[in-house]
Amino acid sequence: MEQSFLFLVLTLDATLRVSTPLIFCAMAGLFSERSGIIDISLEGKMLAAAFAAASVAAVTGSAWLALIAGVAVAVGLALLHGFACITHKGNHVVSGVAINILASGLTIVLGIAWFQRGGQTPSLPPTARFMPVEFPLAQAVDGVPVLGTIYRELLSGHNLLVYVAFLIVPLTWWVVYRTRFGLRLRAVGENPTAVDTAGLSVSWLRFRAVMLCGLLTGLAGTYLSIAQNASFVRDMTAGQGYIALAAMIFGKWRPFPAFGACLIFGLLDAVAIRLQGVHVAGIGEVPVEFIQALPYILTVILLAGFIGKAVAPKAIGMPYLKER
Amino acid sequence: MSQASTTLPRWIDIGLIPLINVLMALLVSGAIILMIGENPIEAVQIMLVGALGYEEGIGYTLYYTTNFIFTGLAVAVAFHAGLFNIGGEGQAYIGGLGAGLFLLMADSSLPSILLLPLGLITAGLFGAAWAAIPAYLQAYRGSHIVITTIMFNFIASALMVFLMVNVLIKPGQMSPESRVFLDPAHLPFAHEVFAWMGIKISRSPLNVSLIWAVLCCFGLWLFIWRTRWGYAIRSVGFNEKAAVYAGITPAKTVMLAMFVSGALAGFVGVNEVMGVHHRLLLNFTAGYGFTGIAVSLMGRNHPLGIVLASLLFGVLYQGGAELAFEVPTITRELVVVIQGLVILFSGALAYMSTPWVEWLYGRFSKRQAESRQEAA
Repeated sequence: MEQSFLFLVLTLDATLRVSTPLIFCAMAGLFSERSGIIDISLEGKMLAAAFAAASVAAVTGSAWLALIAGVAVAVGLALLHGFACITHKGNHVVSGVAINILASGLTIVLGIAWFQRGGQTPSLPPTARFMPVEFPLAQAVDGVPVLGTIYRELLSGHNLLVYVAFLIVPLTWWVVYRTRFGLRLRAVGENPTAVDTAGLSVSWLRFRAVMLCGLLTGLAGTYLSIAQNASFVRDMTAGQGYIALAAMIFGKWRPFPAFGACLIFGLLDAVAIRLQGVHVAGIGEVPVEFIQALPYILTVILLAGFIGKAVAPKAIGMPYLKER
Repeated sequence: MSQASTTLPRWIDIGLIPLINVLMALLVSGAIILMIGENPIEAVQIMLVGALGYEEGIGYTLYYTTNFIFTGLAVAVAFHAGLFNIGGEGQAYIGGLGAGLFLLMADSSLPSILLLPLGLITAGLFGAAWAAIPAYLQAYRGSHIVITTIMFNFIASALMVFLMVNVLIKPGQMSPESRVFLDPAHLPFAHEVFAWMGIKISRSPLNVSLIWAVLCCFGLWLFIWRTRWGYAIRSVGFNEKAAVYAGITPAKTVMLAMFVSGALAGFVGVNEVMGVHHRLLLNFTAGYGFTGIAVSLMGRNHPLGIVLASLLFGVLYQGGAELAFEVPTITRELVVVIQGLVILFSGALAYMSTPWVEWLYGRFSKRQAESRQEAA
């Protein structure tokens, strides 16, 4: 009993850590897609940000400068996406693919040219990273059964960015549903002509949405390379940007459901890691690959309309042509 | 899909502007080489010599070209139907799996003359089947094909890892690879074919798949521009509503286009599994499916353009490998960067230069008209 409870708490603890980049990216995608800009380049922006953050942390030794660099690079790529999709009315998916491929190549090319470690950045000392934050009294309440363990293992001891990710979700909800900007953001994704008629700039609204998307993917990348890990490793995002995209769609482009999907997908990942090579009575060895593919399979099933219906913003992917 | 300019003559629209786009991509690539402290002109020289300067290099270049023709055509045929198939990577993977499974089952019982064509067909069918599921979901259930094909890439990859590690691995071996197929199941290498004719050339992975790739180009051209199915595909891509008025069923057309697209992507498995590795292994697709997007955009979705773009990417891949070998600060992934830039400039920013070119052309033709008037 004691044992399995601890196992549960530790798995949930791992879930929080794995979900963090997913949450950032899902909220990032939400801002972009709610404004009508398809963004499949969450992966690429996160990867580029991870590399930028790790490089700057390695050179300057400052986690905060690294954070700024990560966010700046991701916002830069987001602006490129905006330049292609909003300014030049290019195909959103093509632009996204380009950014993903560009990021996966450039991070390796620059990494090897700058650090000569086969695409890895130097290992960071604790001072150049975001380290776990111990909550007050975490050790003191250790004796308390159940709640003490939950407090010490699950709630305390994560790094700053994990807590930020969990705060971003209600914040996103508030911005999207309770502010003037949010109302306009949703309007521009559904009916840009109406927004234009109301005298607002469609392009500027979408550019702001895309920049918010860049900011959040930047946080995700920074988290990966200088908080969760101590260096950048080539292709370290490993498809998490796409899982986040799937989570956002799974959450039907709404903040809290998307957050829930991130947690479920994170849990699947955490469980898959723990079940590697474990024999379960009755099933035999669990095919870990199946659990890892489950987020993708579930998303396909959802999109096919078998679990409710996921309806994208109406004007998504369509360039706005102002009639003259 | 394209928003062709109305004021420019055809040669500028399909010749000059794509060229400007590729040049911009190459210029930025050159700037990146400068940034990491190397000489871009020297790099281009090493790449060209490495890719075209000697027999083995040419063999490798054409071997890469073969893959890019298949994946480029796959993306193009979907584009003609207004669909974006990002799933070429997964379809190629599953196509290879199909060929491999068939050959592992049949290589001891059938002769080459049956094994090779049947293997090719199996690869095509498996690739097509893998594309057919997203196509069905798009056509009949309204889910977006871009998202489903991305998901199917990951599902394909997980499926392959599972099968290779647990089922198909050769017993008593650490690395997840199947047993090597028996000799009758190997596609002949180019150096073997030339040896039969008494000509000796260097060994390279180039094999007879290239001939099949060229045939596919011609076949696809016929299919798209000379058959009613191709007409249906283009109509749906151009204007779905008008296509419906013309009596075309978009859902069926989407299925057909994706089926052909998946089969073409699956043929990468022919080149890799039947032609080069002669066994099943992990990651033999190595991103060729994604390169297909760049190839198709650059070749303007036309088979001829795709052949040229595939050759360029063949040169880039082989030359890039040589360059990485010669210059330690440069890695093979430079080619991935160039690929990303090509997709950006030839795809997403394809019409960025159009206003400038229109302005220049306008001035030029005006001046010509003026000078003609003066002469008269």
